[in-house]
Amino acid sequence: MKFFSALFLIIILSFCACLYLPWWSIAIVAFIVAALIPQNPMASFIAGFTAVFILWGALSFYISSQNGHILAHRISLLVLKNDSAGFLIVVTALIGGLIAGFAALSASYLRPRSAYEKS
Amino acid sequence: MKIIPLFLFSLITVGLVLILNTTWVLPAPLGKILAPQSGVWQNAEPLDMDYNASLNFPTLNGKVSVYFDERLVPHVFAENENDAYFVQGYLHAKFRLWQMEFQTHAAAGRLSEIVGEKALPLDRDKRRLGMVYAAEIAEKEVEKDPVSLAECNNYTAGVNAYISSLKESTLPIEYKLLGYHPEKWTNLKTALFLKFMAFDLAGYENDFESTNAKTLLSANDFNKIYPIIMDSLDPIVPKGTVFPKPGIEVKIPASADSIYYDRNDTTIIEEHKPDPNNGSNNWAVAGSKTSSGAPILCNDPHLGLNLPSLWYEMQISTPAFNAYGATFPGAPAIIIGFNDSCAFGFTNAMRDVRDYYEIKFKDASRKEYWFDSAWVPTTFRIEKIGRKGQSDYLDTVAYTIMGPVMYDPTYSGGRNTQNKNYAVRWKAHDPSNELKMFTLLDKAKNYNDYYEAIKFLHTPGQNCIFACKNGDIAIWDQGAFPAKWYRQGDFVMPGTDSSYFWQGVIPQEENPHEINPARGFVSSANQLPADSTYPYYLGGNYPPYRGWEINKRLSVMNQITPQDMMKLQTDNYNVFGEMAVPVLLKYLDQSQISTQDQKYLTILSSWNFRNDPDSKGATVFKVLWDSLTVAVWADEFNNTKLKLPRPFESTLLDLMKKDSTLSFYDNINTPQKETLKDDILTAFKKSAPYFNQLENEGKLEWWKFKDTKVMNLARLDAFSRLHLPIGGGTHTINAANAQHGPSWRMIVSLTPETEAYGVYPGGQSGNPGSRFYDDFVDSWVQGKYYRLWVMKYGEEKSDKVKWVMTFSKS
Repeated sequence: MKFFSALFLIIILSFCACLYLPWWSIAIVAFIVAALIPQNPMASFIAGFTAVFILWGALSFYISSQNGHILAHRISLLVLKNDSAGFLIVVTALIGGLIAGFAALSASYLRPRSAYEKS
Repeated sequence: MKIIPLFLFSLITVGLVLILNTTWVLPAPLGKILAPQSGVWQNAEPLDMDYNASLNFPTLNGKVSVYFDERLVPHVFAENENDAYFVQGYLHAKFRLWQMEFQTHAAAGRLSEIVGEKALPLDRDKRRLGMVYAAEIAEKEVEKDPVSLAECNNYTAGVNAYISSLKESTLPIEYKLLGYHPEKWTNLKTALFLKFMAFDLAGYENDFESTNAKTLLSANDFNKIYPIIMDSLDPIVPKGTVFPKPGIEVKIPASADSIYYDRNDTTIIEEHKPDPNNGSNNWAVAGSKTSSGAPILCNDPHLGLNLPSLWYEMQISTPAFNAYGATFPGAPAIIIGFNDSCAFGFTNAMRDVRDYYEIKFKDASRKEYWFDSAWVPTTFRIEKIGRKGQSDYLDTVAYTIMGPVMYDPTYSGGRNTQNKNYAVRWKAHDPSNELKMFTLLDKAKNYNDYYEAIKFLHTPGQNCIFACKNGDIAIWDQGAFPAKWYRQGDFVMPGTDSSYFWQGVIPQEENPHEINPARGFVSSANQLPADSTYPYYLGGNYPPYRGWEINKRLSVMNQITPQDMMKLQTDNYNVFGEMAVPVLLKYLDQSQISTQDQKYLTILSSWNFRNDPDSKGATVFKVLWDSLTVAVWADEFNNTKLKLPRPFESTLLDLMKKDSTLSFYDNINTPQKETLKDDILTAFKKSAPYFNQLENEGKLEWWKFKDTKVMNLARLDAFSRLHLPIGGGTHTINAANAQHGPSWRMIVSLTPETEAYGVYPGGQSGNPGSRFYDDFVDSWVQGKYYRLWVMKYGEEKSDKVKWVMTFSKS
């Protein structure tokens, strides 16, 4: 339950934060959520990682589909030297996931050990 | 709480963010770029993007409605002319902002601000040529004319209204990738853009190379390989035209024989030059030759092929005028197009209006120079060049009465200037307001209006073509052209003596022109404007073949339709090949060619002289000809450290036709004496392995060999269109070269209801994430045209209208 609460909270709050704040605000969101909903480090990391992986993956996939993948083809060729829209979407999701995962992982060490051992 | 892992993983998180937000480790800030809500994904426009909008700006005087058709061409209907320019500025910025700023940065010598130190030589070159100086003078000229000033002010306000609306997420993609932000537009930037065109079209000269050649070669050889008048020539104004007595009698300086024509002086300077292929075709046929009985005007300017395109198509309609055509993102008005009464277009006049003078400074301080037997003070202009990641670079340029001292001991541009000083006299430094011409042409109703309009064109000189619904057709070889004596300015001139100055401007009415000629058409393709009876010196920098072919075709065409004109404009016939191949075959000793290479000879001899995409003959001819030019010239030209101008292909062909004993045929590196026959055989033998290689690689077809591409302005392959299957080339009417060619093809039939066609190799949107980025390229490659829709009042509900943008005073 805690896992899914954290997951959904990070997805929703990351989306809202990025409307107004720089992209790396996902790290702050994941950190705060992980601090407020304590879990063991592994669960925290997975929740943070999965949340933003899903969010950024879904957003970029949706945008790219609407666009007929025109831009994704060009950018993947330019940035990844590989003409693959799907690869670019995965890289996008991975970047978001890693940042949020590590931020959540860091926050999981804020709480005393007992806090998550009981959960 | 565990301090160590908390600290460690926080550090990793912050480290990751830093790595992904900067270019410290990665070549690009991947996180920032790929973040879906602010990075480049935001530039991915939905295929069904909604361009409808209702906008309010307090500076507007009335209402403006913009109707976009299915090709995203805006049809702007404004109640007030100045509002129309505001909206034009807004639309240019909305669809082309990065390009506008990049081109004006390039013009102003400011690329180092974006890309750093590596652009410094390019920037110094522009600064020292006086590009900003010229633009400032042009801006002052605009300010003297209240109408032009209002036009520019409103255009600038429109651009800035769009820039102000930008957020991080809506920035054009190039700013995100290169990591900078747009600055405010100014009237100076518009002036800089127009000077950028002046540089591109009127910045070409060979003064230093010709000076070298004059020193190395005998006068006889020099005049043979750099002739002023070529045999294969059909001037813009036909041979036999009678010219009036010249209004200016130019005097050759008394010392010219001793110190100019024979001056033993050599320099090794290689400048950054505009593309020598910059040229164009235009022609207008009278109603007597068309099937509709109305004149037809055609134009295709040959320029660098870029994405986003130099051109942006639009219609502007106000109570004062209704014009349609290609516009320059960066400047107001329609540039090449038509209105309800007439059509207009341009080709480059190719005159040399950029000359160099050698300056003698009193001492290293450059404060005084020797001029007309006295020491005269210079003025200094300090150019501050910003460099990304570094402090500003300060360049102090001395200005003389002739112009800026471009080369001096403080600047050689990495070239061997032997510590000498050279001032540049460039016509584009003189005050002029070219924008006024375009604004007046947009409103022109008849020949007189056109004639009054083109008087404002000083630099770059153009062959201005015109056709009117009342039946008039005309062409003026127009510009403020210096009246020069024979060979004046072909070489570097002494800067110590005012007798070497340009002595005046050729009076406007003496510029070559033709109005309603009996032959029923006017045309130009950058060839010599008039024959040798024209009373002023014209220089020798004119390609003859396209013009020759166009005139030949037009003279026999009758009952012409716009479709006939499309065929002509995209014609791949290579008249140079037609003239050259028989000469090559005549002198080629075929018995000396191996049996396995005979097939290439067969390809050449059976070639139909068409540079069609699949032609192998076109490739064999091109390779063989280039190899021949090496065999003829390279031994002499590589025997010196000095840079010499390569003689024109047309010159070599003319010489081959009439003179098989030219001294240059001999290879100076061998003991025996070679002839033209030997050179052609050598050329063939050297080409044969290359033919073989091309054939093995499957690249013997002309389009594959030529490899035409439309290159992204930031030189990113991923944003370019490469390997386009198009024919044509340098000497064909369809002048599609590797990265250069017909940048806007336009055909206008001036029937009561105008029937116009056009296409350019690009798309209306400058955004690589838009389906409108490059959607015209394939049509352009295939030689297809779009019917241009001149929207009228009352057609607002037409199903051709896909989106509507309204601009109102709030």
